[in-house]
Amino acid sequence: MSNTKSWGNYPKVAASRVTISETERLKALLNEVDDVISYGNGRSYGDSALNDNVVCIKPKNYFLNFDEEKGLLHIQAGALLSDILEFSVPRGWFLKVSPGTKLITVGGAIASDIHGKNHHVEGCFSESVAMLSLLLPSGEIVSCSNTENVDLFRATCGGMGLTGVIVDAKIYLKKIRSRYIDQKTIKTKNLKETFEAFEKYKDQPYSVAWIDCLAKKGRMGRSLLMVGDFSDDGQLDFVPKKKLNIPFYFPSFVLNTLSVKLFNAFYYGKVKAGVSEQRVDFDTFFYPLDSINNWNRIYGKNGFTQYQFILPKKNSFEGLEEILKTIANSGKGSFLSVLKLYGKENENYLSFPIEGYSLALDFKIEKGLFPLLDQLDEIVINKGGRIYLAKDARVSKATFEKGYPRIEVFRKLRRKYNMHEKFNSIQSKRLGI
Amino acid sequence: MKSSTQYNQNALESKNSYILIIGAKSDIAKAVARKYAEEGFNLYLAARNASALDEFASDIKIRLGCKVACLELDILDYTSHQIFYDNLKEKPLGVISAVGYLGDQEKAENDFAETSKQIATNFTGIVSFFNIIAADFEERKSGFICGISSVAGDRGRKSNFIYGAAKAALSTYLSGLRNRLYESGVHVITVKPGFVATKMTEGLDLPKKLTGTPQQVANDIYKAQKNKKNVVYTIWIWRWIMLAIRYIPEWQFKKMSI
Ligand SMILES: Cc1cc2nc3c(=O)[nH]c(=O)nc-3n(C[C@H](O)[C@H](O)[C@H](O)COP(=O)(O)OP(=O)(O)OC[C@H]3O[C@@H](n4cnc5c(N)ncnc54)[C@H](O)[C@@H]3O)c2cc1C
Ligand SMILES: NC(=O)c1ccc[n+]([C@@H]2O[C@H](COP(=O)([O-])OP(=O)(O)OC[C@H]3O[C@@H](n4cnc5c(N)ncnc54)[C@H](OP(=O)(O)O)[C@@H]3O)[C@@H](O)[C@H]2O)c1
Repeated sequence: MSNTKSWGNYPKVAASRVTISETERLKALLNEVDDVISYGNGRSYGDSALNDNVVCIKPKNYFLNFDEEKGLLHIQAGALLSDILEFSVPRGWFLKVSPGTKLITVGGAIASDIHGKNHHVEGCFSESVAMLSLLLPSGEIVSCSNTENVDLFRATCGGMGLTGVIVDAKIYLKKIRSRYIDQKTIKTKNLKETFEAFEKYKDQPYSVAWIDCLAKKGRMGRSLLMVGDFSDDGQLDFVPKKKLNIPFYFPSFVLNTLSVKLFNAFYYGKVKAGVSEQRVDFDTFFYPLDSINNWNRIYGKNGFTQYQFILPKKNSFEGLEEILKTIANSGKGSFLSVLKLYGKENENYLSFPIEGYSLALDFKIEKGLFPLLDQLDEIVINKGGRIYLAKDARVSKATFEKGYPRIEVFRKLRRKYNMHEKFNSIQSKRLGI
Repeated sequence: MKSSTQYNQNALESKNSYILIIGAKSDIAKAVARKYAEEGFNLYLAARNASALDEFASDIKIRLGCKVACLELDILDYTSHQIFYDNLKEKPLGVISAVGYLGDQEKAENDFAETSKQIATNFTGIVSFFNIIAADFEERKSGFICGISSVAGDRGRKSNFIYGAAKAALSTYLSGLRNRLYESGVHVITVKPGFVATKMTEGLDLPKKLTGTPQQVANDIYKAQKNKKNVVYTIWIWRWIMLAIRYIPEWQFKKMSI
């Protein structure tokens, strides 16, 4: 038994943990245990990778083939996206879709069908997956894609590990000519300006905004919108950088409203008014937090949660106004809040993105937080939105079901392959998936 | 006949040459393989059921861009050793053995087949193989031979002294081999790991501070080979632990349980 956590350090679970690199041993293990969940690199925030039994796939991280003509990489599911980039960037290739951290596994990227700053252009991670191999409860390994075992593919991409263990996958990379990004930062004064800026810069392949969630009244919704694309300068060589580390858990009072306000004011205040331009390394652009090891410790030992929801575009402005007001009034600080305009929804049963605006906010776990989040849930559901399972540790079954109308198709498939008897997480039990 | 260009004196410096690793499925061997590949060498990976190494080999080939060949070798099949070596088209610059078998001490005490397997895997088989390598390297006057022995060979303890005795024999063999090959410019390295977190020790409750990772062991081996060290303890603290243990007088040691 060992203490097993995800990125939010909440909840903590005493789990029996097995680390596996060989497929044969993995099969043998699945024969022995019921009720198990795959664990990648624990970068999900909530309880989707936690259960009494977890199987760690990270050592299963070999590169199996790289077709340099097509940019097609065949790779085992435990490999980190950072392993891929270390290999691919000097050769002029980048991930088609990448989240805000490169420290996640390929399996985790598929299971959460993650999205990046270019969702409005490239869609989710699954859209770059040519095929994946899935270990089913029966012990059989099947290959799934958009044309083969389509139902398993649609269920597994975004399926939070609940369809089986992803063993390996073939993913398409995209060609780049530089490791640098030409970035524009647009400073907006309120939510209306922020929305207008997103629309104006829609043609930029990458875009995301940092939003000040504590600003009130006329300044509500003020943001820094960052947009950009890879430069064209042919510079691909790696320049190593020093990492910072948070060596211990901060006492939880450190992160009070005042310090969050100061932080937001600092970031916002630092940037010139209007539009400014920068040239930054891809690490700075895509993975600003990866340069600080263990940054999650600033939230203290009790941990934190990330609340991420998305609203259909037509209701986004109203919904966000209401939600930002509720948060600002509650005085509960969110250190990092990220706003983004998403593109079209895909056909996977449980993938998160729909066309509209999504907001992600970090909250430390404290008294009064969950009632606030329940209040936000209600607004989200009323506006036709949903909550992101990769970040969640507390949403109710009813809220979840209203947000994901295809859940019945998913449940049926789970029963058909006996997945419900083998693969479960604390989250799936809470939500009756 | 061996051409002189193939056995160039500077060969040790020239990357792109092959390193032969036997017992290549071991976690330590894999880490060593990766280290040498990172340093620009090509690899021969020899093991029983070598096809199990295919995925590992493709990983190294793709990421590090070197050549890797997986070869079948059973260290207990003595007669196959010469044929194995003769079949290598390009002879290696150096040979590293990670072959070993911890076995079960209690079983070995009551079952000579087990004792015999421990001795043959940890000692006799490796001697058979290294004799062949030594003859070739001596003739070409270059190369290195590296054997992974164990601190268990430094002193016999009741918990694993059959394994320990075989490792002691291996250490003695390597010491003699070093002495013999010195004049030919062939270097011999004896590696003595303490605790290492590998498949062999999975499930054992090892003290964290004294336990190395396969990567640490691999780095130590590479450094020792490059700097022509003779005997290397890994991780380093084991040199001092074993120094202390060797100093305990036998009358006292025999009463102890460590
Ligand atoms: C700083 C930070 C920024 C982030 N930014 C984004 C972002 O921009 N966009 C986004 O979409 N997400 C983002 N995330 C969330 C993160 O990308 C996802 O939670 C991802 O799934 C984590 O992958 P992991 O390898 O750490 O998996 P884990 O957290 O260990 O597991 C996550 C889920 O994947 C399943 N899983 C893992 N491996 C396998 C496998 N081999 N087979 C089957 N199921 C498996 C688990 O069962 C679990 O349900 C961010 C997280 C952090 C910490
Ligand atoms: N781990 C430790 O704490 C530790 C400490 C001191 C010394 N060592 C030594 O370090 C070396 C590597 O050990 P490890 O920890 O990585 O353990 P390991 O995985 O058990 O390595 C031993 C290797 O020897 C191979 N082998 C056994 N019999 C063989 C045979 N007849 N022919 C060919 N190969 C054979 C095994 O191959 P198969 O996979 O086919 O069985 C295995 O790959 C060993 O010599 C060990 O004694 C380890």
